[in-house]
Amino acid sequence: MSFVRNYWLSAVAIVVSAVVFLIPFSFIILMAFKDKTQAQLLDFSWPQGMHLWSNIVEVVTTRNWMLLTAFINSTILTVASVTLVVILSAMVGFVLQRRKTKFNGLIEFLILAGLMLPPAVVPTIWLLQGLGLFGKLHGLVLIEVAYSLPFSILLYRAFIATIPRELDEAAIIDGARPFDVFFRIVLPLLWPVTVTNIVVQSVAIFNDFTNPLYYLPGNANATVQLTLYNFQSQFSTSYNLLFTNIALITIPPLIVFLFFNRQIVAGMTAGAVKG
Amino acid sequence: MAVMTETAAAVPVVQVPKRRSPYPASFFLPAAVIYGVLFLLPTFASLYFSLTRWTLFNSTFIGLDNFAQFLREPFLIKGLINTVLYAVITSGLKVVLGLLLAVLLTSQIAARGYLRSVVFFPVLVSTVGVGITFTILMHPTQGMINEALAVIGIKGPGWLVNPSLALFSVALVDVWKGVGLATVIYIAGIVAIPKDYYEAARIDGSTKWQSFLYVTLPLCRPATVTVILLSFIGGLRTFDLIWAMTRGGPGFASDTVASVIYKQYQAGFYGLSTAGNVVLFILIAVLVVPLTMLLNRREGHE
Amino acid sequence: MTKTTRRTALTGFAAGLLALTALTGASFAQSTTLTYLIPSGADGVAVAEELVKSFEAANPDINIEIETRPGGSEGDNLVKTRLATSSMADVFRYNSGSLFQAINPQQFLVDLTNEPWQADVQDSFKQVVTASDGTVRGAPMGAAMGGGIYYNKAIYAELGLTVPKTWAEFMANNEKIKAAGKVAVVQTYGDTWTSQLFVLADYYNVSAAEPDFAANYTAGTAKFATDKVAQRGFDKLQETFDAGYFNEDFGAAKYDDGLRMVASGEGAHYPMLTFATTAIVASYPDLIDNVGFFAQPGDDAAKNGLTVWMPDGIYIPNTTSNLDAAKKFVAYVASVEGCEAQTRAGGASGPYLINGCTLPADVPPAVTDMLPYFADGGQNGPALEFLSPIKGPALEQITVEVGSGIRPAADGAALYDEDVRKQAQQLGLPGW
Repeated sequence: MSFVRNYWLSAVAIVVSAVVFLIPFSFIILMAFKDKTQAQLLDFSWPQGMHLWSNIVEVVTTRNWMLLTAFINSTILTVASVTLVVILSAMVGFVLQRRKTKFNGLIEFLILAGLMLPPAVVPTIWLLQGLGLFGKLHGLVLIEVAYSLPFSILLYRAFIATIPRELDEAAIIDGARPFDVFFRIVLPLLWPVTVTNIVVQSVAIFNDFTNPLYYLPGNANATVQLTLYNFQSQFSTSYNLLFTNIALITIPPLIVFLFFNRQIVAGMTAGAVKG
Repeated sequence: MAVMTETAAAVPVVQVPKRRSPYPASFFLPAAVIYGVLFLLPTFASLYFSLTRWTLFNSTFIGLDNFAQFLREPFLIKGLINTVLYAVITSGLKVVLGLLLAVLLTSQIAARGYLRSVVFFPVLVSTVGVGITFTILMHPTQGMINEALAVIGIKGPGWLVNPSLALFSVALVDVWKGVGLATVIYIAGIVAIPKDYYEAARIDGSTKWQSFLYVTLPLCRPATVTVILLSFIGGLRTFDLIWAMTRGGPGFASDTVASVIYKQYQAGFYGLSTAGNVVLFILIAVLVVPLTMLLNRREGHE
Repeated sequence: MTKTTRRTALTGFAAGLLALTALTGASFAQSTTLTYLIPSGADGVAVAEELVKSFEAANPDINIEIETRPGGSEGDNLVKTRLATSSMADVFRYNSGSLFQAINPQQFLVDLTNEPWQADVQDSFKQVVTASDGTVRGAPMGAAMGGGIYYNKAIYAELGLTVPKTWAEFMANNEKIKAAGKVAVVQTYGDTWTSQLFVLADYYNVSAAEPDFAANYTAGTAKFATDKVAQRGFDKLQETFDAGYFNEDFGAAKYDDGLRMVASGEGAHYPMLTFATTAIVASYPDLIDNVGFFAQPGDDAAKNGLTVWMPDGIYIPNTTSNLDAAKKFVAYVASVEGCEAQTRAGGASGPYLINGCTLPADVPPAVTDMLPYFADGGQNGPALEFLSPIKGPALEQITVEVGSGIRPAADGAALYDEDVRKQAQQLGLPGW
């Protein structure tokens, strides 16, 4: 009985997902196969001729292999920023959830303010210049960390509530230092959330456009979203190349997701979290 | 072991007068420094500019004129209504669909890996790509959506060119792009629920629907809180997808407060747009702070 | 699976490192390296690359790196931000006219008044890159443009129409085209900026009737809503909409669609700036001989003339550390060789503003149609944005509303006056 129902449910889910999600993706892929004139028509049609390879070659080699430079920069930026964000925000979320003080309200408000207020670009540049961090990759890493902290802290704060307090209290009584309690006991239990967070933050930082544009000028510093502007301008757009580029820069986050997605599944089947 | 703890306490990271808390405030320090210096400081310093006419090159103090000007913007009221509508529609749909999808994708269903990837994939694609793709699919005469509707004899509407429909069309695309994120957060929440609870519920003879209602729903509250907060605040602040798809148009029909501010910024009215951000901040705070208090209070209740 | 992924990633990484070393190697081989910031887009980059290539061939000791930025208002912000934070490239390309005035040229740009090549730059261009202290701060980059109406010559021949000299003749042509079952006027509000053309390109007609309009408008005494002549641009947009001349998908079509439609005969008229000629040549080379061009007609055939847009300028910020090399490059762009390099890379779209620069003999008809307005006895005048520092930022939304029948022309003009007031206040102009 249950088997039959799941069978139908699966079939419905697959059909609906194909219509809702696969058709729009296939549009992006189809565009990457077209030549410029056909792509200009912007319609949902079968490509005339096979232009994928020449599109890829053109996209990758444009402006002195800018896309490769961008891939390297974005990768370094993403790995460094996400590592910092995950650790720092988990620490904050942990203490913020566990320890109730009269400052909690203020801290939470300042964190929410980070979600609500857009950053002020020009004063930030002045500040970065003062600190000698303007136009430097590590300066941008710190910026990305600062801008991603609020979301990440809120996520951890919410999920740390699901970890029983008795667990860390027991460890404390056993004489463990807070540092160990956090990194050896709490953080591993948060693995599903951490995976989610890593995926979300890497996608956001890898695809960030505005912050690199302002804080990291220069061709040698290009990041992946900036490469879209090689094929798109106010007056003319090469849609075949634009969509080839979109498809190419979607591959790294896709790999990250596919890899970590298995981690979530693994966590499920192994029942990693026990109450 | 006790000796080791003593030495660790002697390291002068933070002055701890009384018994050391197992949850040391020093855990805040690195994040607080980065966040305080690189975000809070410049952002709050820039609020001064909301009181000036600012060209980036120089600024003239003009008191509250920017606020008066912002509140007189011809499309502000419409923008306010649009903003709240957009935030409620997108966050509501993301919560409901995200939860349903997460339950579906954690259950014993065929092609689970495929379904998860497919639902999350839109999150990975750049907003520009999504914007162009759906602008084309929603084209009033040649768009696929309307061509498909025509096959079954319905004359499709001008999704993005009809002034009373444009905002809702963009909101639907926003849900399409963002529901994967909500789903993943929900999956993390559902996965964290200990299996014993379901086991206990099953032994007590509860149906699948009952264990969803009494186990899944209350125990993935943290996920719900996160999804509501993030998508609601995101919805109130959003403009990038609106910008990519309609630029607030046709005319001003799908303008939200954030897109009005963005246009002012683009036009070089830097002081005015900073004032607009203050207004938007107050609007969000008025809506979100009571919401968080409500959500947190109920959390403490359980 | 994971293994292959890792290997691919490694290969990609190694290739990237190689590319990086190649890049740095190239820049160390030369003694001076300049950075040159331009708006993105394939054609603009192609022109810049050709200029850089031929300049580097003549000056082997200077190496130029091209950097791109977004165009439009996003680009305006980036340029202002980089000037305000002293992080501008050594040479940059940016608009002339009102946008040039908004970047405080006096404060940020190197004075180029006494450069020897200025002798060959036409005065009409010098005016639009002159700071408020009377010094010239830029050199022309590109050709002069006209704002008017592209038309499909095949449709005109088929229906026996002639190029209209007055608005009434234009509307009569439209009526015949519509009666023949064709689209008379192409509009493309999928790219909102294209909706402004009927209003902006009407300015020659305004200035012919009221020579003082720009001065009074800047002073705050002339308004679009109260000046019947100035409001005509909005009226014309509404009239063509009300008459049902537009293509069915005018709300969603894009600029590229508009070019295709007027080139292929899917539509008869497309109001646009003449820089579009190079885009039509690039996308529809077989159809280019079908495309002609005329100025937006006014009410008096004797006063028929073209509204002209000046090209961008190139400028040197005074923060540059390579002033001599930067000046050499600007001098090259403003030379006859510079014009030739531009024509080689992008084709010719109109007359250059450097004395001695000529156009090749085989230019497309749309360019030929434009030249009489610039020749002796022809009539042309600059667009409003080159005569007044004020251009309201919301014009394109307002013209979309008027052109879609959401808002009547008179309302649109009044709303635009409101928008203009904000801009004037931001600039701190007297009288607002």
